[in-house]
Amino acid sequence: MQLSEIWFLLIAILFVGFIFLEGFDFGVGMSTRLLAKNDLEKRILMNTIGPVWDANEVWLITAGGAMFAAFPHWYATLFSGYYLPFVFLLLALIVRGVAFEFRGKMESVRWKRIWDGAIFIGSALPPFLFGVLFTSLIRGLPIDADMNMHAGFFDIVNVYTVIGGLTFVALSYLHGLLFITMKTVGELRERAHNATRKTYLVTGVLLVLFIGMTAIETEAFTVHRGILLLVYAVGVLLFAALFFFLKKKKEGLSFTMTGLLLSLIMSSFFITLFPNVMISSIDPTYHMSIHEAASGEYSLRVMTIVAGTMIPIVMAYTIWSYYVFRKRLTGEKEHLEY
Amino acid sequence: MEEVLLARIQFASTTLFHFIFVPLSIGLALIIAIMQTMYVVKKEEIYMKMTKFWSVFFLINFAIGVVTGILQEFQFGMNWSQYSRFVGDVFGAPLAIEALLAFFLESTFIGIWIFGRDKLPKKLHLFSIWMVSIGTILSAFWILAANSFMQNPVGYTLQNGRAEMNDIIALLTNEKLWVAFPHTVFGSFATGAFFIVGVSAWYLLKKRDVDFFKRSMTVAMVVGLLSSFGLAFSGHSQAQYLMHAQPMKMAAAEALWEDSGDPAAWTLFAKIDVENRESHGRIDIPYLLSYLTYNKFSGKVEGMNTLEQKMIEQHGEGNYVPPVKTTFWSFRIMAATGGVLVGISLLGLFLIMRKKIKNSKWFLRILIPVIFFPFIGNSFGWIMSEIGRQPWVVNGLMKTADAVSPNVSAGQILFSLISFSTIYTILGIIMVVLFVKVIQRGPNEKIEEDVSATDPFEMGGVEHAVK
Ligand code: HDD
Ligand code: HEM
Ligand code: HEM
Repeated sequence: MQLSEIWFLLIAILFVGFIFLEGFDFGVGMSTRLLAKNDLEKRILMNTIGPVWDANEVWLITAGGAMFAAFPHWYATLFSGYYLPFVFLLLALIVRGVAFEFRGKMESVRWKRIWDGAIFIGSALPPFLFGVLFTSLIRGLPIDADMNMHAGFFDIVNVYTVIGGLTFVALSYLHGLLFITMKTVGELRERAHNATRKTYLVTGVLLVLFIGMTAIETEAFTVHRGILLLVYAVGVLLFAALFFFLKKKKEGLSFTMTGLLLSLIMSSFFITLFPNVMISSIDPTYHMSIHEAASGEYSLRVMTIVAGTMIPIVMAYTIWSYYVFRKRLTGEKEHLEY
Repeated sequence: MEEVLLARIQFASTTLFHFIFVPLSIGLALIIAIMQTMYVVKKEEIYMKMTKFWSVFFLINFAIGVVTGILQEFQFGMNWSQYSRFVGDVFGAPLAIEALLAFFLESTFIGIWIFGRDKLPKKLHLFSIWMVSIGTILSAFWILAANSFMQNPVGYTLQNGRAEMNDIIALLTNEKLWVAFPHTVFGSFATGAFFIVGVSAWYLLKKRDVDFFKRSMTVAMVVGLLSSFGLAFSGHSQAQYLMHAQPMKMAAAEALWEDSGDPAAWTLFAKIDVENRESHGRIDIPYLLSYLTYNKFSGKVEGMNTLEQKMIEQHGEGNYVPPVKTTFWSFRIMAATGGVLVGISLLGLFLIMRKKIKNSKWFLRILIPVIFFPFIGNSFGWIMSEIGRQPWVVNGLMKTADAVSPNVSAGQILFSLISFSTIYTILGIIMVVLFVKVIQRGPNEKIEEDVSATDPFEMGGVEHAVK
C-alpha cells in the first residue's frame, strides 16, 4: 500500500469517527426540540453532550486539515466546488456552537427560544448537508480538465442526494436518542425509548430508498460490486439486530448498532470513490485519482510519523474523558453547566 | 478582478475577527491556570472563586473562538483554491498537525475541566486546565509555522508546478517563526492580563469585593508586565528579521522611498504621498533605525525604489510596493500600544507594591480603556504583517491575485461575505452584552436558578431577562 492510499484510508477513518461521535451530538441537539418538554429537560439533554461535543467536532476539523495536507487538490476542488453548501454548513456550525454556551446566560424566554432554534437547525442541517455532499460526490460532478468543479444546483441537490441527506438526519437522530437512553434516567429515558420506535421505521424506509437509488444513480455497484454488497449486507443485518436490541432495551448495544450503521454508510462512500477522490461527470479521464491529488512522498512521510505517534495519545485521553463522564444525568444532584 | 477583492475582504475580516477572541483565550487560559495553581498550593477558597469568575468570560470567549476558527480552516479551500493547490504540500501539514496536537487537547480538556469539577481530584482538575493552556499555545505555534512559511518560504522545492516540502526541520526552525511565535504569544498573554486588570479596576473604583479584585489584579499585572517587556523585545527581533528577509515590508513600514543616509534615522511621523513616491514632514529620531536594524549606530537601509528595481529584475514587470500608508501607520499604532502597556504595567506594579493602588482613582480609571489596547496592537500587528507582504500571498512565490478560486463567482463571495459579517457582528454584540452582564453581576451573586418549574410567560419573560 502506498502512503497516499494510507492517507486516503486515514481520512476515511476521520470522517467515520466524526459521524459516529458527532452523529449523536447532532441527534441530541435535534432531540432538545423533538423530545424535551421543558427547560430542565432541555438542559439535561445538552449537558449529556456538554463535555464532548467540541472534541467530537475536532474530528471534522482534523479531517479537513488532513485533506489539505495530504490531498491539496482534493481539498481545493471540493471546498471551492461546494462553496454555498459549505457556507450554510459553517453558518449552522457557528450558531450551534455558541448556542450551547449562550443559552443559559440570560433568563429571558425569548432569548432561550432563539438559541433553542439555533441548536435545532444547527444540529439538523449539518448531517443533512453531509448526506447531500457525499451522495453527490459518488454520483459524480462536473469537474473539468483543470480540476475545477463547476456544479449547478441540480448537480448537488436532487432526489437522490436529498434522500441521502435525510437518511443521515434520521440515523443521527436515532443515534442521539440512543445516546440519551444511556445517559439519562426516569421519564426522559423512557420517552427516548419510545421515540426510537417511530424513528426506526422512518430510518428503515429511508435506508431502503437510499440503497436502491445508490444502485440506480451511481456506478458504485458496477465498480466495487463485491465489497459494497458485503458492506450493505452487513448493514442490513445490523439494522435487523437493532430491532431486537431496541425491543429488549439493550441501550449500549443499540447505540453501537446505529453508530456502526453510520460508519458503514460513510465507509461505503469512500469505497465507492476508491481509487479516485473525485468523480467527474464530464469525462472519466477527468476523474481525480488518489495519486494525482496527493502531496509528495516527503510530506506524507512526515505526517505519517506525526499521526502515528499522536493518534494513540489522542485516543487515550478521549477514552479517558468518556470514562470520567460515564454516569447518567439526573438533573437533580449534579451541576448543570449549560 | 472583483473576486479577488471580495475574497480578500472576507479573509481579512473573518481572520481579524477570529483574532479578537484567540489572544483573549490564550491569555485567560494561562492566567486562570495560574490562579487555580495558587488555589491548589495555598488552599485558600478565594483563588477557587477567582478561577470560577474569570472562567465565565473565558468560556464565552472560547466558544466564539472555536466557531470562528472552523470557518478559517475551511476558507482556504473555499476561496483560495489555487493557493491551496500550490502550497498544500507544505502549508497543510502544520494545519493538520495543529488539529491533532492542539485542538484535540484543548477541546477535550476544556470539557473535562468545566464538567469535571466535582468528579475529579483537585490535582487532576488542575492538570486539565494546564492542558487547555498548553493546547492554546501549541495551536499558536503550529498556525504560525504555517503563516511563517507564507512570509518567509523555507524547506520546500518547486516541483510538479507547486511547492513541495523537502525539509520539515527547516520549516520548524524558520527564522520568522521564532520571532513571530514569542511576539504573538506575549501579545496574547498581555491581552488576557490587561483584560483582568481593567475589569478589576472597575470593581476597585466601585469598592466592590476589594480583596478579590486586588488579588486578581496583582496576578494579572505581573503577567502583564512580563508580557509587555516580552512584546517589546520580540518586536525588536521582528524588525531585525524583516530588515533582511522582507526588506520591502520594512521600507514600507518606514515610508522610505529612497535609500537612507548612514546612520539611518527612525521616522516617527510622515505625510506619505504614494503617487509621487515621496514622504514629507518627517519627524525623525536619529540613529534609531540603524540601531533597530543592526544593533549599532551606523549602517544604511535600502528604500522602496531600489528594492522594487531589484524585484522587477527578479520577477518581471509589476508593482511590488505594498500599501505604504497602511503598513506605515499600522506599525506605529502597534508600537505605540506596546509603549503604553510597558508604562502602565510598570506604574501599576509600583502602585500595587506600595499598596496605593486601591486609592489611586485616576490610575484605576485609566486602566479600564487600556483593556482595548492589546486588541488594537494585535489587529494592527497582523494588518502590518499581512498587508506589508502584498502583492505576494507567499512571499516571492505566488501573488495574491493568482491565489483565488477560479470557479467561485463574485456573487457567491458577496453572499458569504454578507452572511458571515452579519452573524459575526451579532456574535460580537452578544459577547459585549454578556460580558457587561457578568461584570455587573459580580463574583458573589449566584447565577439565577432555573425557572422551568414556573410558567415562563407569567414571569414577564423579557423584562425579567434584562436585569
Ligand atoms: C496565534 C494564535 C492563532 C492564530 C493565528 C489562529 N488561531 Fe485559530 N485558534 C487558536 C489560535 C490561533 C486557539 C487559541 O487555539 C483557538 C482560539 C480560541 C479557541 O477556542 O481556540 C483557535 C480556534 C480555532 C479552531 C477551532 C478549534 C476547536 O474546535 O477547538 C480552528 C479550526 C482554527 N482555530 C483554525 C485557524 C486557522 C485556519 C487560522 C489561520 C487563518 C487560525 N485558526 C488562526
Ligand atoms: C489570526 C491572525 C491573522 C490576522 C488578523 C490576519 C489578517 C490578514 C489580513 C489583514 C490580510 C490582508 C488582507 C489583504 O490585504 O487582502 C491577510 C491576508 C492573508 N492571510 Fe492573514 N492574518 C492572520 C493570520 C494568518 C494565518 C495564521 C494565515 C495562514 C496560516 C494567514 C493567511 C493569509 C492568507 C492566505 C492571506 C491572503 C489573502 C489576502 O490577501 O487577503 N493569515 N490576513
Ligand atoms: C513594542 C513595540 C513593538 C514592536 C517594535 C513590534 C514589532 C513588530 C513587527 C516588526 C511586526 C511585523 C512582523 C512581520 O510583518 O513580519 C509585528 C507584528 C505583530 N505584532 Fe508587534 N511590535 C510591538 C508591539 C506589539 C504589541 C503591543 C502587540 C499586541 C499586543 C503586537 C502584536 C503584533 C502581532 C499580533 C503581529 C503579527 C504577527 C506577526 O507577524 O508576527 N505588537 N510586530
